[in-house]
Amino acid sequence: MASCKSSKKKTPEETDKYSVLLPTYNERENLPLIVWLLVKYFGESGYNYEIIVIDDGSPDGTLQIAEQLQKIYGEDKIVLRPRAKKLGLGTAYIHGIKHATGNFIIIMDADLSHHPKFIPEFIKKQKEGGYDLVSGTRYRGDGGVYGWDLRRKLISRGANFITQVLLRPGASDLTGSFRLYKKEVLEHLVAHCVSKGYVFQMEMIVRARQLGYTIGEVPISFVDRVYGESKLGGNEIVSFLKGLLTLFATT
Amino acid sequence: MNSVILKSPIFFIMTKLLEWLLVVSLVAVAWGLVTFDLLGLHVSAVYKEVAWPMPVYLLVAFGCYSLAAVGYRVATFNDCEDAARELQSQIQEAKEDLKKKGLKM
Repeated sequence: MASCKSSKKKTPEETDKYSVLLPTYNERENLPLIVWLLVKYFGESGYNYEIIVIDDGSPDGTLQIAEQLQKIYGEDKIVLRPRAKKLGLGTAYIHGIKHATGNFIIIMDADLSHHPKFIPEFIKKQKEGGYDLVSGTRYRGDGGVYGWDLRRKLISRGANFITQVLLRPGASDLTGSFRLYKKEVLEHLVAHCVSKGYVFQMEMIVRARQLGYTIGEVPISFVDRVYGESKLGGNEIVSFLKGLLTLFATT
Repeated sequence: MNSVILKSPIFFIMTKLLEWLLVVSLVAVAWGLVTFDLLGLHVSAVYKEVAWPMPVYLLVAFGCYSLAAVGYRVATFNDCEDAARELQSQIQEAKEDLKKKGLKM
């Protein structure tokens, strides 16, 4: 009788599990910190989770650090799915999804520019509206950035404005990569997306809208890379514009 | 799978490029009809005079709006000083805690 009661009490929330995909390349400084923060915030909010580290053969020993973290936090929480060499973000997600046991997937950068404190907000937002995906946004509400000079802000806002005018995507932050997806939605989207780098994130959300998925947004603060170099050169801008025009013509 | 198919109007909607071309050509036709009186409706000269430079006005207005919008958004782009400070202090806390737990960097 008692067991029957307790199983009846079980709400869908308790069966939800969140798989965080962390693609890494030379992140030995950042990986322990991001994992520590993830454990902290998931622990406080009580959601069921796992962290999947997808290291692309970093020469700096990121994987060894990840193995140590696995010993500290347990193999059920830290899952290692390394690959031999750098193979790109799209395939890293496919690789990660294959091994994910959660029904939701969270995608974020491992360089501390995305703070795990927002994840409980993402989850709350998702539950509120039953959204297919929840995207962090630097451009709305209390969202913002740290460590950007005027030039960087101007490029970012300008690129975003042009994109909004041309694509009307129904989401304010297209190039951000801090998002929560229903697992099957992410699987479906990754299969439809072909671009690389910045444009990949943009294509994911534009195709999501095109395929009729619902999108929720949570303002986030983006703190630019604490360790390591952050780059935005002419090459990035050219490939962004190419990607934008491709999406303009094909979606 | 069914719901995904139902949710996919992909084959019935136009690309953004086609949408733009359609709207631009509609505007261009309307403009041509008034300015050059293509249908021979004897459009009054006043209308013609207003319509003739309209594309330039629209472009200038859109340009001004764009500059103002981007300028305003750059100026009001939040600088998350607090978030950066919070992160820095959490990094220290994390490093100490991880050291205690036996992590060797």
